[in-house]
Amino acid sequence: MKYVEEYRDPVAAQQFAEAIARTVARPWTLMEICGGQTHSIVKYGIDELLPKSVTLVHGPGCPVCVTPLELIDKALQIAARPNVIFCSFGDMLRVPGSSGDLFSVKAAGGDVRIVYSPSDAVRFAQQNPDKQVVFFAVGFETTAPANAMSVYQARQLRLTNYSILVSHVLVPPAMEVILGSPDNHVQGFLAAGHVCAVMGFDEYKPIAQKYKVPIVVTGFEPLDLLQGIFMCIAQLEEGRCEVENQYARVVRPEGNRSAQDLVARVFRVVHRKWRGIGEIPHSGLGLAPEFAAFDAETRFGVSGYTAQEDPECISGLVMQGAKRPEECTAYGSRCTPDHPLGAPMVSSEGACAAYYRYRRLRTYDVAEIGSLARD
Amino acid sequence: MCLAVPGKILSTSGEDFARMAKVSFGGIIKDVSLVYVPEAGEGNYVLVHVGYAISIVDEVEAVRTFEILEKMGELEELKPGTGAP
Repeated sequence: MKYVEEYRDPVAAQQFAEAIARTVARPWTLMEICGGQTHSIVKYGIDELLPKSVTLVHGPGCPVCVTPLELIDKALQIAARPNVIFCSFGDMLRVPGSSGDLFSVKAAGGDVRIVYSPSDAVRFAQQNPDKQVVFFAVGFETTAPANAMSVYQARQLRLTNYSILVSHVLVPPAMEVILGSPDNHVQGFLAAGHVCAVMGFDEYKPIAQKYKVPIVVTGFEPLDLLQGIFMCIAQLEEGRCEVENQYARVVRPEGNRSAQDLVARVFRVVHRKWRGIGEIPHSGLGLAPEFAAFDAETRFGVSGYTAQEDPECISGLVMQGAKRPEECTAYGSRCTPDHPLGAPMVSSEGACAAYYRYRRLRTYDVAEIGSLARD
Repeated sequence: MCLAVPGKILSTSGEDFARMAKVSFGGIIKDVSLVYVPEAGEGNYVLVHVGYAISIVDEVEAVRTFEILEKMGELEELKPGTGAP
């Protein structure tokens, strides 16, 4: 596929890796924001192409992972109702709530449907006027325009049987939480390319200046990631802390204005709780008063509900780059993709799932295998 | 969830909020909304996320990654002690 395959060229990847090795003089720790980037890094072994002095830690950019437990529980409660068609992106169906997941609701007879786009859910609402259709609107800034459009269209179509369960989150406030922590060791960021395709990258400039960190807007293919790492390391070695754009084929400095306009009309910025991290002020989107009638929490009377996380799951630390998945005592034993304790083990963007899928069979190094063989 | 895939616009239809395109992703064709990229037309590559095109791929910028590599290669050859003897 054009604009995909050429960015996976192994010879060019090696050239970037060599350029990084020539540039690095001191140890650096970088964080990639987006879970899609984490999966590319682990899948293609990008981290293993880097000099030992460059450490990549994985960021909070997995919307499935940060959706708070009580919202999953609310989804389960709504989806189990007899007159409801509950629509969601496939990723959310296996995320564990306090008891069960959306698949278990479906297995028990709930009408839970996986959709490719929120516009599919609007179509179901048109086709089923006697049912309530609810869309689980999770995601970062990338997904907000599509979800906003579904609500806008539902209003244009005068649909009274469509609503959304909103758990939208925003990247910059989460970056500030990580950078503001006394334990922070992140010295540079690879910003999430598709978030910036929508939002542009002006809002990252004050963060780069305030915390003295370079931020490089980066794509998702191996060459994108290697080039982003190269640009970030070059800034660190030269003592610069600027916002640069590796992903210019897709990201414009101002982002997508018409998408931003509709998001600003349908949603408003609210405080949001992040699973495993806690509440972050001004870090999410909720429906604007003009569109409040489309809020599923109000429509189904589930707004007051709260829930407690499993104490053994360290997903909050994993998503802030403070711990690696293998450092969790439950990783690969009491927590697996079949029996997850936390969302990062089931999401296609979760760091724990990436390690389980691509690194599980490399837990022992060669020396250890040798000593096991001798025993 | 922020997965977005580049595809080529084969044809367009409708106007304003209903403007749609047939987009080919390496031969797999899907209907995509062009509401957020009104300037996109036939032959453009667009980046598509959950059924909506969110950006037009800039063909000039797309080759920059490879230009940088070429430039770095040339610089390396100019350094003493590297390149052909």
